Amino acid sequence: MNRARFAGLARHVVLVSGAVLVLSPLLWAIRISLLPAEDVFSPTFRLLPSRWIGFENYARALTASPLLHFLANGVFVCVAIIVCQLLVAIPAAYVLAKARVPGLGLIWLAVLVALVVPPAALALPLFIMAAGAGLIDTYAGLILPWTISPLGIFLLRQAFLRVPDEMIEAARLDGLGEGEILVRLLVPMISPAIGALVIISLVAHWNDLLWPSVVVTSGAKATPPFGVMLFQVQEIGSDYGPLLAGALMIAAPLLVLFALAQRRFLDGMTWLGSK
Amino acid sequence: MLVAEASFPRWREAVVGPYLMLAPAVLLLVVMILVPLVLVAATAFTDWHLGGGPPRFVGLETFRALLEDHDFKIAVWNTARYVGAVVPVTTLVGLAVALLIAECGRGQALYRMIFFLPSVATLAAMSVAWQMLLSPSVGAVPQLLRLLGFAPGNWLQDPQAALPTLAMIGIWSEAGFAMLFFLAGLKTVPRELVEAMALDGRGSVVDRLWHVTLPHLAPITVFVLVFSSIHALRVFDTVAIITRGGPEKATLVALYFIYQEAFSLFRTNLAAAATILFIAVVLVLSLIQLYATRAGRSR
Repeated sequence: MNRARFAGLARHVVLVSGAVLVLSPLLWAIRISLLPAEDVFSPTFRLLPSRWIGFENYARALTASPLLHFLANGVFVCVAIIVCQLLVAIPAAYVLAKARVPGLGLIWLAVLVALVVPPAALALPLFIMAAGAGLIDTYAGLILPWTISPLGIFLLRQAFLRVPDEMIEAARLDGLGEGEILVRLLVPMISPAIGALVIISLVAHWNDLLWPSVVVTSGAKATPPFGVMLFQVQEIGSDYGPLLAGALMIAAPLLVLFALAQRRFLDGMTWLGSK
Repeated sequence: MLVAEASFPRWREAVVGPYLMLAPAVLLLVVMILVPLVLVAATAFTDWHLGGGPPRFVGLETFRALLEDHDFKIAVWNTARYVGAVVPVTTLVGLAVALLIAECGRGQALYRMIFFLPSVATLAAMSVAWQMLLSPSVGAVPQLLRLLGFAPGNWLQDPQAALPTLAMIGIWSEAGFAMLFFLAGLKTVPRELVEAMALDGRGSVVDRLWHVTLPHLAPITVFVLVFSSIHALRVFDTVAIITRGGPEKATLVALYFIYQEAFSLFRTNLAAAATILFIAVVLVLSLIQLYATRAGRSR
């Protein structure tokens, strides 16, 4: 009994220390973001600010850089990518799971090949193509390459496969058309897989730095992570308080969503394991 | 076999239906993935530079030049060291946290959330946070070390320490995935087996772990190893934000090498050849993953 209690306590001591370590960069960033400029480089260490400046650094980050514009770009690009991915992947996954027409094997093979290609490796050819199509520094250039998600088709096909055929047959006998069956009956049934795809895509594309840094050349089309890159060459980069306030505001939307919908995020991310 | 058992009676009249539903996906698959693949492969066999003259076929010359390129050798070595450090530690940390969390009852959800948080947090932004945490002037770690009487280095500027430091950040941002997959794997371990052993008083906690739990986790461990290898290979954000390949190319890794060759040095064909090798490595890892998950499923 005592031994079990001791083991339980030891477990929590280890886990709490681990949690503090894991959170330390975030906590330190929050601390510096609340410090007045003179405290940041103060030779005597103090954990708390010498004077409370509230969210002054956050206000400065918002005014000194087009941060709100970056965030708006990020929301727009992510929403557009995810909506396109769903519109493209749902019907395709349905056909790949349930239809019997010639050529599906070949298309499925193409999906599997595409699934293996790391998106980062396509940056160079996609850039050449975007340059040829005049899509450098445009929203279309940011969005178009990611409107197809092989992972999405893969996950949704798995989900469609689990829907019993009898159910689809019954709906057909009830006189529903294929479109109605898909939208009204099947999409709600595979909503966990759709949710997983939305979350995986959201995290991937909100956080993506490589492609924006290739295709975006101005602040006007910068997404949040690319905005971080721009900070470094702007005056805000040498001003640690506002810099961290800005970085935190860029990471915040996903972190807040994650905290609010923890279960969905973790379940969704676990789907990556079914690849 | 790949196509499920169902048939589409009405679609037999209108076979067009399925193809129409597939059309956007097929079109985008071809234009956004297959064509770029062919394009990058083709570029690798030419002397083409972006903005230069028309491409000329040079066979394997580009690959030969790449393999002799000093920076490429550095990048391969750095990437290997980075992956070699990140993957085992990520896997072990993920496993340890999953084992600790799995049986802690209350608080599990909170711990799980905290340990996964780095994998959701925008790494570009968190790179700035890490820079500050480790900064000799304002960082918590150097200040703490000084308080304890040590002389902290300027790790991110030190050619010896920069890559290990980025590896540590990599572990921080990837271990959450490993934990999540191990937690899912732990659910498949038959509880009765573990409990029966515990009731019989047979073996210590370590014995039960070693003989029951870990063997059951073997397939998922292979998956985690491959998954984190593929992720570690793609390290880019921390390098682009914190070190830009420096100091003295100590953190020049594969993707950053390709990025520089392609977009700052405009040695397009060299970047394309490096991309092909990069894809080949990922392909091999993915095949291992496929094989391992198959083996795991058939258990």
